[in-house]
Amino acid sequence: MSLLEVRGLTTGFMTGSGEITAIEDVSFSLNAGEILGIVGESGSGKSVTALSIMGLLPSPPARLISGEVIFEGQTLTNMSDRQMQTIRGPGISMIFQEPMTSLNPVFSIGEQIMETIRAHERLSPAKLRERAIEMLDKVGIPSAARRMDDYPHQMSGGQRQRVMIAMALACRPRLLIADEPTTALDVTIQAQILDLLMDLRDEFGMAIIIITHNMGVIAETADRVLVMYAGRVIEEAPVATVFDRPLHPYTRGLLECVPSLTEDRARLVAIPGTLPEPTRRPPGCRFSVRCSHAIPACSAALPPLELLEPDHSAACIRALDLAPIRTADLAP
Amino acid sequence: MTEPLVEVAALSKHFPLGGKNFFGRRHGAVLRAVDEVSLRIMPGETLGLVGESGCGKSTLGRLLLRLIEPTDGNLIFNGAEITRLKGAALREVRRSMQIVFQDPYGALNPRMAVEDIIAEPLIIHGARQGPGTRKQVASMLDRVGLPARALDRFPHEFSGGQRQRIGIARALILSPRFVVCDEAVSALDVSVQAQIVNLLQDLQREMGLTYLFIAHDLSVVRHISDRVAVMYLGKVVEVAQKHAIYAAPLHPYTQALIAAVPASHPADRSRGKRVRIAGDIPSAFNPPSGCRFHTRCPYVMPVCREVVPPLVEPVPGHHVACHLIDASPAGAPT
Ligand SMILES: Nc1ncnc2c1ncn2[C@@H]1O[C@H](COP(=O)(O)OP(=O)(O)OP(=O)(O)O)[C@@H](O)[C@H]1O
Ligand SMILES: Nc1ncnc2c1ncn2[C@@H]1O[C@H](COP(=O)(O)OP(=O)(O)OP(=O)(O)O)[C@@H](O)[C@H]1O
Ligand SMILES: [Mg+2]
Ligand SMILES: [Mg+2]
Repeated sequence: MSLLEVRGLTTGFMTGSGEITAIEDVSFSLNAGEILGIVGESGSGKSVTALSIMGLLPSPPARLISGEVIFEGQTLTNMSDRQMQTIRGPGISMIFQEPMTSLNPVFSIGEQIMETIRAHERLSPAKLRERAIEMLDKVGIPSAARRMDDYPHQMSGGQRQRVMIAMALACRPRLLIADEPTTALDVTIQAQILDLLMDLRDEFGMAIIIITHNMGVIAETADRVLVMYAGRVIEEAPVATVFDRPLHPYTRGLLECVPSLTEDRARLVAIPGTLPEPTRRPPGCRFSVRCSHAIPACSAALPPLELLEPDHSAACIRALDLAPIRTADLAP
Repeated sequence: MTEPLVEVAALSKHFPLGGKNFFGRRHGAVLRAVDEVSLRIMPGETLGLVGESGCGKSTLGRLLLRLIEPTDGNLIFNGAEITRLKGAALREVRRSMQIVFQDPYGALNPRMAVEDIIAEPLIIHGARQGPGTRKQVASMLDRVGLPARALDRFPHEFSGGQRQRIGIARALILSPRFVVCDEAVSALDVSVQAQIVNLLQDLQREMGLTYLFIAHDLSVVRHISDRVAVMYLGKVVEVAQKHAIYAAPLHPYTQALIAAVPASHPADRSRGKRVRIAGDIPSAFNPPSGCRFHTRCPYVMPVCREVVPPLVEPVPGHHVACHLIDASPAGAPT
């Protein structure tokens, strides 16, 4: 049995121009100790997917239109808020996209970590403090005991991000959802944080969903990858497959449009246009208006996410016509 | 030999820190945002400027455009000393220098129509509003890839990438020679970022522009630049042709910076394979003595804590400030 099953998750938001669907029919499963990368450009639905799993979207304006989330055999999407609170923390824990807004400026970081633990476990004050220091130490805050009484503003951006991770790990979750955990950070700090997440996975066997718009972060960390576009999953495969044999033209575009650190290119291969807003999605395949391979059939119907090759799904009716022939298929 | 278009010598910007002492005087503490930087930018080239947050990239960019006053040092533009230029003479030089900012949202006045946003620099420099400017604006709009019907619309009606095109049109309307792109593509999605990078390169070719391209994304900088300068805590620590910087960086900080860039393929994962530098960047307010990188440098020696390493040229065209590098120029022109 997998640790997490997400089936047909569809979440809407009530807006001035009616209800929009931020994510549609998102499905995937995750095993213990596995790192799933969710990649996509701004507005593709990554955060809404994470927040829907956590049951953290305010309703209204948000609404779970359909689908279910099953964690360790329990259906989270049926649970009351009280029941969900027992899952959040020791079950699933999340690092939010904006670290500055998620730490409370008026409490010391030590108090905030201890508060998180206190909400789920009964520990003596001495043990509580010990656990908080241990967590700060784990995430690489130097002289952790002395920094316990510091306030968020006394720390650098990278340190605040590590405090957020310490808080998320304080209850030893089985699943950590990290929403853009390094986007605001410099590359040297990003490298430290990514190393840290992988170390923690190895040490505690925790599963991780890492959300990013950066294919490099995916290459560094993920076991499996989910590519999202305009609210839908358009490709899913093991990480090496996504990089070696992307089947969806959008995934190929994402890989090609970033310049290389080692090879010269005269010109970047840009994808024309921009990601459509939820109210302006084109009919049929949502990428069709930007896709250089689109044919009339592409705008006729929404292509389903289909298993096209072993352990490799994509939502493109032309995927197999366009993909290079696999060398395995050439063998006599 | 061609003369540099922009040349700075020992340029510094120190920001006084808030507090005042008992007598109402500032207590003399300063933040050394840019500290004795010397650089040259040749006509038509793109100099990339990289370094971590707070190292002084934007401050240096603004100094070059005379948007802020240097504390010390000299600035030469197109062969003329402009460090202390004022009034009309300064305004005249400013025509030839423009800036494109990161945040297309914040940089454009939300209450102005696109036409007025782009025409504003023309008006400031004495043009009269009329069919002439409208034509000029429309042709600029076309060059940055926006339709003429955009003229009467407002910034909020555009996507981030389109707004960046508007910002570029505004910067280029006066046909400047030198443009500072300060994180001009950093806030954009990668698919759109590629469009804007291509546009900046096309315009550079068509208009003979010289760029200072500030960004924290090392692969974008490598793509667009001819040479690259690396800053750390207010100091330029290395400058060289891009291929030399990326393939054979000399400064340990440059090496660490490049090693920290995420892999482009899962087979090249860096974890456990590449040297990581520990810790955070120290505060620019109280920077480390000697070499400012010594607190994080894996190769630190006693001398690094005491003496500021000078920028030397061990290989022609490759400048570096590090005590590990033999200062005697091997074959460098004297
Ligand atoms: N509270 C809300 N009300 C209305 N629409 C919303 C709300 N939150 C998100 N959306 C919409 O849902 C879609 C998905 O948003 P989401 O935040 O999940 O994107 P994302 O992939 O996380 O993007 P980013 O990379 O910018 O974080 C977007 O079109 C967004 O405008
Ligand atoms: N007007 C100012 N007054 C005081 N300090 C300033 C001012 N402007 C910048 N600084 C400080 O100068 C240093 C350099 O800032 P600068 O904005 O040039 O860095 P940067 O390299 O552009 O960083 P980023 O990558 O975050 O844009 C920082 O420590 C900053 O806090
Ligand atoms: Mg998000
Ligand atoms: Mg800056």
